[in-house]
Amino acid sequence: MAAEGSIDALGQFQLETSLGALGASVHFTQSNLMMLIAAGLILGLLYFGMRPKAIVPGRLQALAELAYDGVHGMCVDQIGHEGKKFFPFIFTLFTFILLGNLLGLLPFSFTYTSHIAVTFALALTVIVLVTVVALSIHGLHFFSYFFPAGAPKLLAPLIIPVEIISYLSRPVSLSIRLFANMVAGHVMFEVFASFIVMMAAAGSFGMLGAVGPLALNVVLVGFELLVAFLQAYVFSILTCIYLHDAVHLH
Amino acid sequence: MRGLATLVQAGFLLLPSAVMAEEKKGMPQLDFANPLTLSQVVWLAIIFFTLYLLLSRWALPQVGAVLEARASRIAGDLDAAKSAKAKADAAVAELKAATAKAHAEAQASVSTAVDAAKAEAAVQATAANAQLDAQLAAAEQRIAAARAAAMGALRDVALTTTVDVVARLTGAAVSQQNIEQAVDRALAARAA
Repeated sequence: MAAEGSIDALGQFQLETSLGALGASVHFTQSNLMMLIAAGLILGLLYFGMRPKAIVPGRLQALAELAYDGVHGMCVDQIGHEGKKFFPFIFTLFTFILLGNLLGLLPFSFTYTSHIAVTFALALTVIVLVTVVALSIHGLHFFSYFFPAGAPKLLAPLIIPVEIISYLSRPVSLSIRLFANMVAGHVMFEVFASFIVMMAAAGSFGMLGAVGPLALNVVLVGFELLVAFLQAYVFSILTCIYLHDAVHLH
Repeated sequence: MRGLATLVQAGFLLLPSAVMAEEKKGMPQLDFANPLTLSQVVWLAIIFFTLYLLLSRWALPQVGAVLEARASRIAGDLDAAKSAKAKADAAVAELKAATAKAHAEAQASVSTAVDAAKAEAAVQATAANAQLDAQLAAAEQRIAAARAAAMGALRDVALTTTVDVVARLTGAAVSQQNIEQAVDRALAARAA
């Protein structure tokens, strides 16, 4: 990847078709292949984990139940009793993003959450869902959301645009937060890994010095594991908060 | 808070963009001329929606059923334990009541026996007292009779002695009647 003197930190995000000629004919990218693997892993975890249906769960069942309980608790805590309706969606969102982040940490894999098109599509789904839910529950009363009750009428020309912009910027911040975190982590991996190769090529002293970026990358893997969980959690909990607003209007 | 996070992310973004400027190629993520950029979103939609359907219709209800079965089993076990505890409590209460009842009965029979014994003792004591009183009265009567007899004998002795003394001293015969009167007077004066 790293030619002498230049670091190609962004080449890893280049999309290519996968699954041979068939994949190429339907523009099926390696990003989508990772999505399929992630979806397969999620379904596999739930299928093989829950197959024993044990009263006292084994490891895999405990993992599946932990995921279920964790997301279910998040839905109910954030949205309230109505949150149960949105639980399957939040669960899909959380596990899909989490698996995307985690699978991306494997060598030679691809991080689909590092593509703004993907994260923005997910964020747009969330915002469309939130708006549809709010409109279906509250009807036209939903638009009072943009002008909080009790605010002075004089400030309406100021408050309403600010609220609308804040509402519309939700998908942007939601998608850029995930995308930027993933891109930044993977760029840093690539940059430090390139340093290792470049320093090692510079002779025995460089070989010794290459231990530095190598150690940094090891630490970075741990950090990125944290980020992978954190960003999936942040994305889904913000979705829950938006859904809470949609259900309860402040 | 969210603004700050966005600012930090913007800072993160500077790193790749610095490399990007050097490469003059741009981020592949922003290369919307590449049909793959949007085709992956179409596939994303298909995969995500399928995953959602499979999870919501098939996988998650299974997990929910297992969790529910466990919760109901735990609740059932707790109920059974609660009813067993209630039974045990009832048995303990019954035992306590029976003990208290037996205690009271024993106390009652002891006190009845004591009362009966006391009453019998009182009856016996009264009878004994009455007998003693009767004996005492008889003895007193005997003493009084003896005393009266003694007193009667004393009068006879006093009469004969008086007759003899008067006859010896005076030599005159005194009428029996006078002597009796004098002796009676003297005896009455002494008894008084």
